[in-house]
Amino acid sequence: MRHRAIVVLVVLGMLALRAAAPAAAQDAAVEAARKEGKVVWYTSLALPSAEKVARLFEEKYPGIKVEVHRTGSQRILQRVMQELSANIRNADVVHTSDAGHFVLLKDRKLLMRHTPPGVERFPPGFRDRDGYHFGLRATVNVIAYNTRAVSAAEAPKTWKDLLDPRWRGKLVTAHPGYSGVVATHVLALVHLHGWDYFKQLAQNRVMLVQSAVDPAGVVASGERPVAVNGGDYTFYQSKKKGSPIEIVYPKEGVPLVVSPTAITSFAPHPNAARLFTDFTFTREVQQVLADSEGLYTGHPDVKYPADKPKLSELKLLQVDPDELEKRTEEIKKRFVEFFGT
Amino acid sequence: MRAAAGLDRSVPVWIAAAAALVVLMALPLGWLTVLSVSGETGPTLRHYASVLADVQLRKALWNTVVMASWVGLASLALGAPMAWLTARTDLPGRGVVRGLVLASFVTPPFLGAFAWVMLAGPNAGLLNRAWRGLAGADEPLLNIFTMPGLVFVVAIYTFPYVYIMIANTLALIGSDLEEAAAILGAGRLRVAATVTLPMVAPAILSGFILAVLQALALFGSPAILALPAGFHTITTQIWSFFHYPPKVEMAAAFSIPLLLATALLLQVQKRLLGRRGYAAVGGKSALRRTIPLGVWRWPALAACVAVMACSIFLPYGVLAKAALSRAWAQPLDWENLTLANVRFTFVEYSATKAAIVNTLELGVLTATAGAGLAAVLAYVANRRLVRGHQILGFLALAPVVIPGVVLAVGLFIAYTRPPFLLYGTLWILFLAYVTKEMPVGYSQADATFKGVHPELEEAGRILGAGRLRVLGEITAPLARSGVIATWCFIFIGVIRELSASIILFTPATKVMSVVIFDLKEEGQFGAIAVLGLFMLLVTFATVVLVQRVLGRDVMGARD
Repeated sequence: MRHRAIVVLVVLGMLALRAAAPAAAQDAAVEAARKEGKVVWYTSLALPSAEKVARLFEEKYPGIKVEVHRTGSQRILQRVMQELSANIRNADVVHTSDAGHFVLLKDRKLLMRHTPPGVERFPPGFRDRDGYHFGLRATVNVIAYNTRAVSAAEAPKTWKDLLDPRWRGKLVTAHPGYSGVVATHVLALVHLHGWDYFKQLAQNRVMLVQSAVDPAGVVASGERPVAVNGGDYTFYQSKKKGSPIEIVYPKEGVPLVVSPTAITSFAPHPNAARLFTDFTFTREVQQVLADSEGLYTGHPDVKYPADKPKLSELKLLQVDPDELEKRTEEIKKRFVEFFGT
Repeated sequence: MRAAAGLDRSVPVWIAAAAALVVLMALPLGWLTVLSVSGETGPTLRHYASVLADVQLRKALWNTVVMASWVGLASLALGAPMAWLTARTDLPGRGVVRGLVLASFVTPPFLGAFAWVMLAGPNAGLLNRAWRGLAGADEPLLNIFTMPGLVFVVAIYTFPYVYIMIANTLALIGSDLEEAAAILGAGRLRVAATVTLPMVAPAILSGFILAVLQALALFGSPAILALPAGFHTITTQIWSFFHYPPKVEMAAAFSIPLLLATALLLQVQKRLLGRRGYAAVGGKSALRRTIPLGVWRWPALAACVAVMACSIFLPYGVLAKAALSRAWAQPLDWENLTLANVRFTFVEYSATKAAIVNTLELGVLTATAGAGLAAVLAYVANRRLVRGHQILGFLALAPVVIPGVVLAVGLFIAYTRPPFLLYGTLWILFLAYVTKEMPVGYSQADATFKGVHPELEEAGRILGAGRLRVLGEITAPLARSGVIATWCFIFIGVIRELSASIILFTPATKVMSVVIFDLKEEGQFGAIAVLGLFMLLVTFATVVLVQRVLGRDVMGARD
């Protein structure tokens, strides 16, 4: 009898411990992060969205500041490598839209292995099999047009429609030398239609902007009535704010861009970096990305706005990160060759 | 006795000057040259060869030549008549026009370029929309994303250099020669062509060269206007060599032509100004007669106002509109009116505050160190306190040949490696700014000490005061306003600096101009407008301060 009572007590005790342990571990992690005081986030997420995520984190974990350094994906890689070459260790968390970057960074042993809780339920395209980087968000490249300048009937329906000379001087593109979203887009369309497609597109005297966020602004202002690429979420946001913008999901398929995030191996604030990374993968934040920013995510429990197509309804063009990494020079070089800068 | 004392004093001065020279110029330019010829297996000219062989790079070179030449000519066309009108004629509101030229002189050119995107973008640009509305035309009136557009935008902020050169010269030339010619029966045009023009010719040419140099070194305006149009200039090309994977050797090799071109042009300018065979120029005593414009008074004023509308009224107006509206291209009605941009820029966007602090810190630091250094150098050179004092002046003015981007490439190469690891700190920006501003600071300080007559100091010495006491009680109070003005000049130069900063910043050491450029790449018009207006506010506050201190305007001529 006594034995049984002891066994029961032990079992109960173990159960209690199991329940308490994560909470205690979590408290310790928060405490360690708080001691570090801040996390430095190099991110290509559109500036207002990035600042929003940062504020949410700071509200939840008072005493830990998020330093947002937002620029284009390619500039982020440039920053990280340039700083390392001068022995500067500044970045804790790196987030870009060029999956190739993470192939490169992992190869050079610049990433820390860390698996945020819950990501095992994300689709395979969002997970690095070695556990170094995970897709924080996703977007698809689309065509968008200004509804005041172009009617729905006239609007281009396919990527190839954009080659029509009637769009001469009316198009805007973002730059693969700045934006990871657009670098991915270019490679996907090269697979689909070959480099010749871009050579012909350049004949239409396309205005060049840098960020994949910018075409939405250019189209909304009417400076160019049609965008030939750009993250769908930027157009969606602009449309929600009342801009005269309509989005076209071309029939040939839309290039899917999954934007990974990872902690650097040299992170000066590793605990804060882990806490922040875990936070960004919580359902709460992933839902914010979907709701107010119009992004797609890998989180299976996230609900999407009813006026956006589900990823499963779209024909997705996917790009292999290894190939993207290998061909990044070619992409930039040929783009400059065709478009001038 | 003097020689012995001079020798003693000169040692520390020379050591300090040599150290400054090494840190500020020899090291960056030395490394720049070394890297431009360094290959994996020893010295090579490969980088130069590939720079010259590349069609894209040759195009960038050519674009720069085209742009800079046209900017020079356009600046002349704008600056020379305005200088004559305000210096010599009874143009109504001369003072105001002069003040406005000053305003465009201190406006950061990249802000102007950005504003003109909103004014003359071919489709959404407000002027083009107004034009379409009025004329019912399909085609835009203006397209800013073209070479002529770029030349225009650069010229409206560069012509003040020509203006200053010519206005200051005209203010020194007496009217007696012109009157003599007139009495001898020459008509007005003949007087202008045969008497006035030859006297101001050196000023015209050197103003032209100054404008060309400004255009050559500019980064912001081509980045904003040429890149979207699909063409590079040298500066934007050098900047893009730093994109990953970086080609710093190519950047170095591509910097050398710009450096040589600048040095050559300055040499020409020096020759022109140095050859002062004009006894008439330089006399202050001569009377200057005001030329009546007659019926042309108002048309002339209208022309001046039109120029100022392009460089001041329209750009400032559209910036203010963008700052206060949700969508800059829509009319500013109640629906569109918002303070959200202001809130976003100063409250929500965390980089702004750090950048403002960095900028002001660097501004104060550079201005203080720069004005101090310039004052000491100018004092030593003017009072001939050490042997070879002329060389000090030359060294202080030498950085003028180094365009900001080139200086930055040199500093980057020199200070990302031992023994001096300064990249990633504010100090590398500090070095860049001190070097870049030294010529301006030195010229100002030099003029100040030239204006403080040695007689007063000598009187003090005769009455038994030591040199330090004389310096403290006589020279310093007399030179004070000049040194404060030097400080302000440097400060204004620093807070708008972009072309060197864009290569030398790290996320932890961003300055305002870099944040504005970042925002530009993302197309955040509202935030750029807010931050740009803030920058203008700080600039104009500083200008007002100088004018107060100097009791005249900052462009140099006495009215």
